[in-house]
Amino acid sequence: MSASVKGRPPRVGDAPGFRRALIGVVLTLVAIVIIAPLAVIGYQAFSQGLQVYAAAIAHPDTLHAIGLTVVTALIAVPINTAFGVAAAWAITKFDFWGRRFLLVVIEIPFSISPIVAGVAYLFVYGLQGLFGPALESADIKILFALPGIVLASMFVTAPFVARELIPLMQAQGRDLEEAATSLGASGWRTFFSVTLPNIRWALLYGVVLCNARVMGEFGAVSVVSGNIRGQTNTLPLHIELLYHDYQTAGAFAAASILALLAVVTLVAKVLLERQGAGRARRGPALAAPAAAPKTASAEVSS
Amino acid sequence: MKIRLDNVVKTFETFRAVHGVSLEIESGELVALLGPSGSGKTTILRMVAGLEYADAGHIYFGAEDATDIPVRDRGVGFVFQHYALFPHMTVAENIAFGMKVSKVRRDKGAIDTRVAELLRLVQLDGLGERFPGQISGGQRQRVALARALAVDPKVLLLDEPFGALDANVRRDLRRWLREIHQELGITTLFVTHDQEEALDLADRVVILDKGRIVQQGTPEEVCRNPASAFVMNFLGDTNRFSAAVSGGVARLGDARIPAPGFADGPVDIFLRPSDLGWSQSGEGIAATVARVIDRPAGRRILALTATGEAVELDVAPETVVSAQQKGVITIERAKVYATA
Repeated sequence: MSASVKGRPPRVGDAPGFRRALIGVVLTLVAIVIIAPLAVIGYQAFSQGLQVYAAAIAHPDTLHAIGLTVVTALIAVPINTAFGVAAAWAITKFDFWGRRFLLVVIEIPFSISPIVAGVAYLFVYGLQGLFGPALESADIKILFALPGIVLASMFVTAPFVARELIPLMQAQGRDLEEAATSLGASGWRTFFSVTLPNIRWALLYGVVLCNARVMGEFGAVSVVSGNIRGQTNTLPLHIELLYHDYQTAGAFAAASILALLAVVTLVAKVLLERQGAGRARRGPALAAPAAAPKTASAEVSS
Repeated sequence: MKIRLDNVVKTFETFRAVHGVSLEIESGELVALLGPSGSGKTTILRMVAGLEYADAGHIYFGAEDATDIPVRDRGVGFVFQHYALFPHMTVAENIAFGMKVSKVRRDKGAIDTRVAELLRLVQLDGLGERFPGQISGGQRQRVALARALAVDPKVLLLDEPFGALDANVRRDLRRWLREIHQELGITTLFVTHDQEEALDLADRVVILDKGRIVQQGTPEEVCRNPASAFVMNFLGDTNRFSAAVSGGVARLGDARIPAPGFADGPVDIFLRPSDLGWSQSGEGIAATVARVIDRPAGRRILALTATGEAVELDVAPETVVSAQQKGVITIERAKVYATA
């Protein structure tokens, strides 16, 4: 075998020196850029003892910020999920004028700075803005209140679900839906018993990413929320506020909550990827004939 | 159920896929729509199914105008080229799907009985609990057929049913589909670009080109009397020669080919490899062997005529012939068409 010949790499581009150098560079960068800051959050949060940490978390303003973040996610994520499914369905299953344009528009929030979105909302809903006077006379408060926060979060996370679903649904084509319809299934029935089961892992994956971003969004929300402590402060904004107040332990404690949410997201993401989210794969093809893949998927979904 | 297409037209954006096609399929008939890609055959099939709507014209199922009946209510069984089995359902669940979503309520026992019956019909007993990913391509296609048959369709439509399978499985499935058709007697229309498949399987072959029917008839009719140079070409290998007719006879080398009914002037002569023979002397076209290809059923000679035209001909397996040999191509049968 050529692999055993001395001094010759087993494969093209697999020379030992090159390999070590590349792995070394990547690991060093990961340590400096990703691991170290996260370690500091953990260390700083508990630097003044568990009691200070608990007190920082239990502070009414922090609790309110956590609550507001959760409420925002509870509103924005379901709406964007529904939007993402609808958009992916429309783009992949129908031919219509402006389809490609829609595909590009959906991705705008990915490429635009969130702060731009925030400022844009100011111009639309602010007092001097487009609908400002009308909204004020109707006594509807959008900016510096929950609706504004939700809207800004939704703008930023609009592409997440659609972006996960579109490539998958494009690869799946229209055959399955056509087959179901030709067998007599209604539109809803086709969606729930054929389309949805085939996109479920990708959909969940998109929802998880969307949720992570909604909870972590800073830029857009900071412009529209007004940063009123205990009223319109979400968790990321609250962290910044605490930090500027030189409450280091409190800031890091709040940050640790956000980091914890990120870890949960990460675990969920890994579990979903094992289920083949985004890759459209079935369970082991050679498993025992007796419904083996069914139980495998049921375990993780619960 | 008798199907009748009356002057059906379909246009996609600027591309006209089907030009005024009229076609009748008798009840219980097995008909092939045969044509090269882009000939509109799949579009016609999908319009019969109701997966596409015709821009103009009518489609009748028996006496009923089905043109505007949506696919869901049209009562057709459609088998897709790539099976389109639901990957998250077992084979049995796939077959039962149509019965479960039907407006006609059936109890679970009745559905299970029917599924078992269909599994037996498609010779897949015992595989009901497998998932589509766990069975072979040929088995998947049979599940797709069982699923389509489960809703008791008035018409069975198959889109390139064996296109994705390897040659041996294809041949077996073809014979088997023919048997099933004989057993159930359901009106069946299928699409293929493979002449052998169409001729092997169908009672009647409808040949399409550029959205129009160019010939229809039994396999014997279309093989023995191709209506045009296109059909002649499409049904199998041919050699084409330009020749001139004078007095009802065309001359090719020193061979005389009868061309009754053709006015004096240029014509195209089509010769299948099996219409030709190889000999050392006699009337025919002088040629030199360029290469010999050996096949199980015989030998194919690639030859060059004196004027440099390439000719392919099939000879018996025991023929002794080799490259560079000179000889004469003899003509046993020929088809003459007006020059295109």
